[in-house]
Amino acid sequence: MADQKSLSMTVNGRTRRGRGEPRLTLADFLREQALCTGVHVGCEHGVCGSCTVLMDGEAVRSCLLFAVQADGADITTVEGLAPDPETLHPVQEAFRDCHGLQCGFCTPGFILSVAAFLEANPDPTDDEIRHGIAGNLCRCTGYQGIVAATRQAAAAMRAGE
Amino acid sequence: MKPAPFDYHAPESVAESVALLDEHGDDAKPLAGGQSLVPMLAMRLTRFEHIVDLNRVDELFGVAVGNGGVRIGAMTRQAVVETDAAVAERVPLLHLASPHIGHFQIRNRGTIGGSVAHADPASEYPAVMLALDGVAEIASASGTREASAAEFFESTFMTAVAPNELLVALRFPSWERPAGFAFDEIARRSGDFALAGAAVGIGTDGQGRINRAAVGMLGVGPTPRRAASVEAALMGLAAADADAAEIGRLAADDMDPVGDVHASAEYRRRAGSTLVGRVLADALAQLRKEAGDG
Repeated sequence: MADQKSLSMTVNGRTRRGRGEPRLTLADFLREQALCTGVHVGCEHGVCGSCTVLMDGEAVRSCLLFAVQADGADITTVEGLAPDPETLHPVQEAFRDCHGLQCGFCTPGFILSVAAFLEANPDPTDDEIRHGIAGNLCRCTGYQGIVAATRQAAAAMRAGE
Repeated sequence: MKPAPFDYHAPESVAESVALLDEHGDDAKPLAGGQSLVPMLAMRLTRFEHIVDLNRVDELFGVAVGNGGVRIGAMTRQAVVETDAAVAERVPLLHLASPHIGHFQIRNRGTIGGSVAHADPASEYPAVMLALDGVAEIASASGTREASAAEFFESTFMTAVAPNELLVALRFPSWERPAGFAFDEIARRSGDFALAGAAVGIGTDGQGRINRAAVGMLGVGPTPRRAASVEAALMGLAAADADAAEIGRLAADDMDPVGDVHASAEYRRRAGSTLVGRVLADALAQLRKEAGDG
């Protein structure tokens, strides 16, 4: 049972092909075959949010999807969020400015969750920000810097930077 | 933390899906949003020889209005239920309950049918379905049947859906207005499983007397529960005179809570019945607002 399946999806604008058993998670495909090691695998059961990626524009847990389910999908990882190699995305810029990270393990998941959250809610209150980031766990920062970074990124994105 | 191997099937129709379930029976499991099933597979709490992925079955997606209510395809994402204008207008309790499910990333994948078929006693949609007398449409190779919410939830994680059957849609009635609806739950952190929760709907006749009362509870028994004592106490009362806190306390009699590491049975009973009173007060306030506007 469990034949290898061939896989093909767009990852950060490029077509990536690979193979894997049906049980191969999207997170493991992205790390091991598409070599996007910014997809961090923490809890592997959908609690921590470290493996968050955008699938067809929506933030999802890549540990709770099988790679075969994403066949044909358009995936964005933290490696593909910035517009070009010289420029950071406003959310990345804000996390750097506001010290929204310490060890950095949870950071890619936060960056993608916050980017998706601000697309849907461009002018959030602090309370909405705290709900918006509740699906990602950070064990270092105490979240103050992350909330500040989200606030700054929201302002920057509204200003169209 | 990797699932055991399985054969993967990606049918594109209900007919194809139920044929696969019919062929493989107990060895097969339908995969909806995967926000509960995939963690259980990863932790090897369960394993199946065959996974039948419903994500490419287009006919299972979408919200349709008709027959005095709303019909929601089982694969409709929780994020869609949360934001759909027809759902918010016609079945406000679904709209109010949705933000309490996990986090937005979970709701982008999680489905209403998956929540209901998984039948976690602490989850939101089953309690709403029970409160509103929702109906489940269940398909199998031999046809389609219906199950009322009251007969659907058999025990923890157990429903009326047999291994060779598939939950295809849920139907919820729209209430006559004015009516008031409210939903809330107690959880230690945003997005955690609820320790207790309540879904309340109140309707009145032209004289402001309560002629419709629906109270669903989650987290306070092996299945979602209805607070029948609370509903009975409300019927016929003038909405303006209802003492929500007093009536809410009656809900303690309608619970069968199970204690666990998160909260003792007694805590769930006390906190849960206080919560029913508060949610009832919210629903009555909504009713006053709506009646005033009308």
